[in-house]
Amino acid sequence: MKILVGYKRVVDYNVRITVKPDGSGVATEGVKLSANPFDDIALEEALRLREKGVATEVVVVGIGPADLQAHLRNGLAMGANRAIHVVAPDAVQPLTAARVFLKLVEKEQPQLVIVGKQAIDDDCNQTGQMLAALWNRPQATFASKVEVADGKARVTREVDAGLETLEVDLPAVITTDLRLNEPRFIKLPDIMKAKSKPIETVEFASLGVEPGDHLRITRYAPPPKRQKGVMVKDVAELVAALKAKGLL
Amino acid sequence: MSKILIVAEHLDGKLNPATAKCITCAKQIGGEIAVLVLADAVDAIAAEAARLDGVSKVLTVARAENAHPLAAVYAPQVAAAAAGYSHVLAPSTTFGKDLLPRVAALLGVAQVSDIMAVDGAYTFKRPIYAGNAIVSVEAPQDRVLLGTVRVASYAAAGSAAAAAPVEALALDVALPSHTRFVELKQGKSDRPDLQSAARVVSGGRALGSAENFALIYKLADKLGAAVGASRAAVDAGYVPSDLQVGQTGKIIAPELYIAVGISGAIQHLTGIKDAGTIVAINKDAEAPIFEVADIGLVGDLFTLVPELERALG
Ligand SMILES: Cc1cc2nc3c(=O)[nH]c(=O)nc-3n(C[C@H](O)[C@H](O)[C@H](O)COP(=O)(O)OP(=O)(O)OC[C@H]3O[C@@H](n4cnc5c(N)ncnc54)[C@H](O)[C@@H]3O)c2cc1C
Ligand SMILES: Cc1cc2nc3c(=O)[nH]c(=O)nc-3n(C[C@H](O)[C@H](O)[C@H](O)COP(=O)(O)OP(=O)(O)OC[C@H]3O[C@@H](n4cnc5c(N)ncnc54)[C@H](O)[C@@H]3O)c2cc1C
Repeated sequence: MKILVGYKRVVDYNVRITVKPDGSGVATEGVKLSANPFDDIALEEALRLREKGVATEVVVVGIGPADLQAHLRNGLAMGANRAIHVVAPDAVQPLTAARVFLKLVEKEQPQLVIVGKQAIDDDCNQTGQMLAALWNRPQATFASKVEVADGKARVTREVDAGLETLEVDLPAVITTDLRLNEPRFIKLPDIMKAKSKPIETVEFASLGVEPGDHLRITRYAPPPKRQKGVMVKDVAELVAALKAKGLL
Repeated sequence: MSKILIVAEHLDGKLNPATAKCITCAKQIGGEIAVLVLADAVDAIAAEAARLDGVSKVLTVARAENAHPLAAVYAPQVAAAAAGYSHVLAPSTTFGKDLLPRVAALLGVAQVSDIMAVDGAYTFKRPIYAGNAIVSVEAPQDRVLLGTVRVASYAAAGSAAAAAPVEALALDVALPSHTRFVELKQGKSDRPDLQSAARVVSGGRALGSAENFALIYKLADKLGAAVGASRAAVDAGYVPSDLQVGQTGKIIAPELYIAVGISGAIQHLTGIKDAGTIVAINKDAEAPIFEVADIGLVGDLFTLVPELERALG
């Protein structure tokens, strides 16, 4: 079986982003870009399923501008068989991304689509669920354990109340949580090998997707700052400070 | 005037407090507020919802398939019930995050995630980049608006003088059987619930083991507080995953938050931005947690925490 993996490029999680003074966006010039951490986890899970013999092919998908190719090469170096680059001039909103994925799903006929539960730039947490709805297939979001057998997946999900387990028929969409696995590091020989792996380029306009980018950002602002606090020297002072604030 | 439909979250026959917080957000949008209860047994949950201030009616769909909150099963029902409404809201809990995008896609509309402020019926503020930027988002007025509500940004609606009417809704939708509930392992505890507690004590990697985490539990019990943790502490297996606070865990707004042996990574701080008073105990005076702490204490947690617990009598 084939697995499609969402592989989005985002500002690296270690970067502390700042809002441009004129409120027109966040300053991303020259900052380090990396794979969305949840997507590295998605790819790792797909590779493990292939290594177990459950899957035969792993395809990473990126939607974004022309310079996305180097990023997709990282996915290939990690172990994906091939990549699909949907060239879109601007970043797309989740509904558009889901509609793009649906087109690819119709063509590729995967049994599983694994995407991150959220991208750490926009933190939308929508794309996987939207794809599952459009595809009319099951979704298992926030996965921390995945077992695939007999045309079904048994997925443990991290929910607010604890750990929920679902059984879904394949094909299905899974979105990854942080504790699903620890992604492998890319080794130098793999980078060399990845150079010969295929990246298929598809123009966004050629897919016939109706854009779902209905939302407009009118302003970016920095979060409100917290007042600078006080340092206390011992437990007695801490207790006194809490009492002074009426918290004890 | 807006007509707002709120999808109720519930567990074990009880309404989740997150629902009452969505109502406060809906009141700011303004208009008529209906609460939709999907369950196998709806009566007790509907009665609770009907008593919340601001609710004009409660709609119920009682079906055996609704026993567990499966997004694939709930979504077509919510999409059908949404007809005639201008807004559909759900809490930005794992329940709402799982469900609402599926509804949005069925309706062919975008979703505003994590609404933290209402600027107008179709304009909202929401956090991006782990809360390091706040964007003002404008949604089209000619379509139904779907939004999840960042519950830490809103107080719960109070109780109403008189209960709102409860109506059973007849929906003619086919439900899929491709998704089946197997089990829910609840992190049951007698302590206050992390998401709604007024006080929270959290421990980080510095605790070093599950056994040592007893220090955190003891302090929490003294304060009547809920227990939280950093991702590092959860990953290391000291505590279950439902205790994680942060960008990818729970976003909380207690009156008092005590961070013990937590460095203060941005992903963790995202979860506590709205806390009233943040106390940090850390042996490293340079730890970033002290940049946001209202009260900081530098030192070894293994001596300070037991000392604090004793000082509380
Ligand atoms: C209100 C709003 C306004 C926006 N305005 C702008 C703007 O002015 N300028 C701008 O540049 N961008 C803008 N964007 C787009 C934004 O950068 C994101 O690409 C888009 O919102 C997707 O959200 P997300 O990645 O947080 O989705 P999520 O639903 O959090 O993503 C979940 C998963 O879906 C998959 N996925 C999602 N997108 C892709 C992708 N492109 N390629 C591969 N996999 C993917 C990944 O596996 C990811 O882990 C805007 C978005 C929104 C919501
Ligand atoms: C995509 C992504 C999402 C993430 N989401 C989250 C999230 O939701 N929540 C979250 O918490 N993290 C999250 N993280 C992880 C985050 O970046 C940090 O790694 C994590 O918060 C660190 O946990 P910590 O503070 O317990 O550990 P550390 O950073 O190791 O800090 C331990 C602290 O304890 C102090 N210390 C050590 N010994 C003692 C002692 N004896 N007494 C007192 N102090 C002591 C040290 O000085 C140090 O400051 C995420 C990361 C990524 C990449």
